[in-house]
Amino acid sequence: METVKKPSLLESSVKDAGMGAFVTFALALVMVGMKVDVASGLGAELFIEYRWTAVAIAVVTVFVGRLLLNLFFWKPDNPLAVNLSGLMPSGDSATQIGKALKPVLLIIAIALPFALMFWLGARGSRQYIDLAILVTTYIMLGWGLNIVVGLAGLLDLGYVAFYAVGAYSYALLAEYFGFSFWICLPLAGILAAFWGIILGFPVLRLRGDYLAIVTLAFGEIIRIVLLNWYQFTGGPDGISGIPRPSFFGLEFKRGDGGFADFFGLDYSSIHRIIFLYYLILIMALVTNIVTMRLRRMPIGRAWEALREDEIACRSLGINTTNTKLTAFALGAMFGGFAGSFFATRQGFISPESFTFIESAVILAIVVLGGLGSQIGVVIASVVMIGGFEFFREFEEYRMLVFGMLMVFIMVWKPRGLVSTRAPSVTLSKDAKGISADLVQEGHG
Amino acid sequence: MTMTEPLLKVRGVETYYGKIIALKGVDLDVHEGEIVTLIGANGAGKSTLMMTVCGSPQARNGSIVYAGEDITTKPTYEIMRTGIAQSPEGRRIFPRMSVLENLMMGGMVAENKYFEDDLKRVFELFPRLKERQHQSGGTLSGGEQQMLAIARALMSRPRLLLLDEPSLGLAPIIVRQIFEAINELNKTDGLTVFLVEQNAYHALKLAHRGYVMVNGVITMTGTGKELLSREEVKAAYLEGGRH
Ligand SMILES: Nc1ncnc2c1ncn2[C@@H]1O[C@H](COP(=O)(O)OP(=O)(O)OP(=O)(O)O)[C@@H](O)[C@H]1O
Ligand SMILES: [Mg+2]
Repeated sequence: METVKKPSLLESSVKDAGMGAFVTFALALVMVGMKVDVASGLGAELFIEYRWTAVAIAVVTVFVGRLLLNLFFWKPDNPLAVNLSGLMPSGDSATQIGKALKPVLLIIAIALPFALMFWLGARGSRQYIDLAILVTTYIMLGWGLNIVVGLAGLLDLGYVAFYAVGAYSYALLAEYFGFSFWICLPLAGILAAFWGIILGFPVLRLRGDYLAIVTLAFGEIIRIVLLNWYQFTGGPDGISGIPRPSFFGLEFKRGDGGFADFFGLDYSSIHRIIFLYYLILIMALVTNIVTMRLRRMPIGRAWEALREDEIACRSLGINTTNTKLTAFALGAMFGGFAGSFFATRQGFISPESFTFIESAVILAIVVLGGLGSQIGVVIASVVMIGGFEFFREFEEYRMLVFGMLMVFIMVWKPRGLVSTRAPSVTLSKDAKGISADLVQEGHG
Repeated sequence: MTMTEPLLKVRGVETYYGKIIALKGVDLDVHEGEIVTLIGANGAGKSTLMMTVCGSPQARNGSIVYAGEDITTKPTYEIMRTGIAQSPEGRRIFPRMSVLENLMMGGMVAENKYFEDDLKRVFELFPRLKERQHQSGGTLSGGEQQMLAIARALMSRPRLLLLDEPSLGLAPIIVRQIFEAINELNKTDGLTVFLVEQNAYHALKLAHRGYVMVNGVITMTGTGKELLSREEVKAAYLEGGRH
């Protein structure tokens, strides 16, 4: 019999939630509770605005949220969680939640613009749909980079280069040849993939730190070329007037022959925003589907094996050169697609949009999400990009919050938010996800 | 032994790591259907020879002929598609991938249609792997990992299996299991095995023929029994009752 008295679940959960709330309080006190502002009117004095309710809301949210998570999800020996998982098919609880989460997220993603329109109206929802577009773009970029970093294990710090190649490909093709978005999209992807291979060749022999440095340099080279090749790319002035995408040939414009006219709707600029949202959503989903498919195919398995042990791969007859190049090319291609979307959405691009920090953010999304986890990328993008926008009002603290968030997550979950890796094949039905807790660091 | 051309013929192979010479002209034959073992002290160059057969590193001088084909300068991934499979030193299984996925990686170069049969065969040989097919490779015990490394190599349907120290760090009972499996593969499936071992007693008992390597050269060769009874072998490799 158990002689050591274990603290009850409720007790430990409350304690834990209390700790969380305390940390939140400490952070929120300064970061949320006080806001320095410039007084309007004469003198332009600085004054501090106090917002204690916001602090209280943050603390209470964290406390309640953590308590609930503790009670129902994190403690395996607790009856309620067991009951709950009894309702679901057997298996690892993390994969379970992931499985249940996916369709829910998908439905939310599909319904989002309409729900927002319904609640906030066309005017009010615009900024949120814009934000959703941004988040989804990063999800797509995260998924693309996940092939290179998460699956193939090739640390790429210059991923933004392919994003830039995609964006500039579209912008330049449209400018010089007048091609439409739908023709340019595949071309941009191919061009980016081509650049992925060009980058891939010299770095084939490199791994880890060395690879990271070279990819970083590559990212900068692309940006600097774009910046300095004034006659061709417009240099720092960028390219403007990039054509907007059409809906199967229907332009989003006022008057005859436009999208609204064709469908008998009243013209509204929100149509194009919603269209862009669905466009990027579909592009991102395609990225995901392709990746998931490939993961179950020999090439995908070879990527993962390459990440684990390159020498073993070679001794199994795998052509590691080709395996790496396909990972680079595919990752780059999706980056290129996302780039052309970016160009068509903005209507204006300049090298400023493709700095190293973009690479860092995309990489952070992949790492925070848990290398190789597709759903992790979604969660990390929503949290990070959404969080970025949320903290927009304290511009100067954004990086601080961003950095702290990363440190927090990495301490709390060293292998990222979703560290369970579902095997790509199972023969029987009782297969379980491989929890990161069971996996030792390094090679076994 | 036989007059036929050996399946693997190593002649005058010299391998360098940079400027350092690791193999100083090695001659070695492995005939079809044989178990041949290579024993030698740490750092003698055993693993180097095995890796040279696989083309990484490549021999600077000499030749390696497999099944009548010169493979000396072929890239590794091509050599491993000609019917040679390897369980490398240190096992090198894929730790975050499941046992089943590890086995699928082994079967990448084989035709797909054989997969089910081959899987059944290796599970028969190592029932422990069947029980643990969904566990990640990294969480297997040392013995199970070794079984997996061998099973993974078998999935490519090799004609010649190269094993580098399969008994390293394993309990005697597991060593016996592994050696029995090797014997079984050789007897029943007619698999040719080239076995690098520190565990000289077991290896020489199992093998048809053996080679002794010292400092990058072969110093002795003979049948397993002959070598076991040689005083020099006893003194150098069978001391201290290792068996
Ligand atoms: N990658 C390498 N670079 C430089 N030298 C190496 C390398 N690998 C092996 N060597 C050297 O080559 C020699 C032979 O090494 P090898 O690994 O073949 O020995 P071994 O007989 O397999 O020994 P053990 O029984 O300890 O595995 C050693 O002196 C070793 O230090
Ligand atoms: Mg060795």
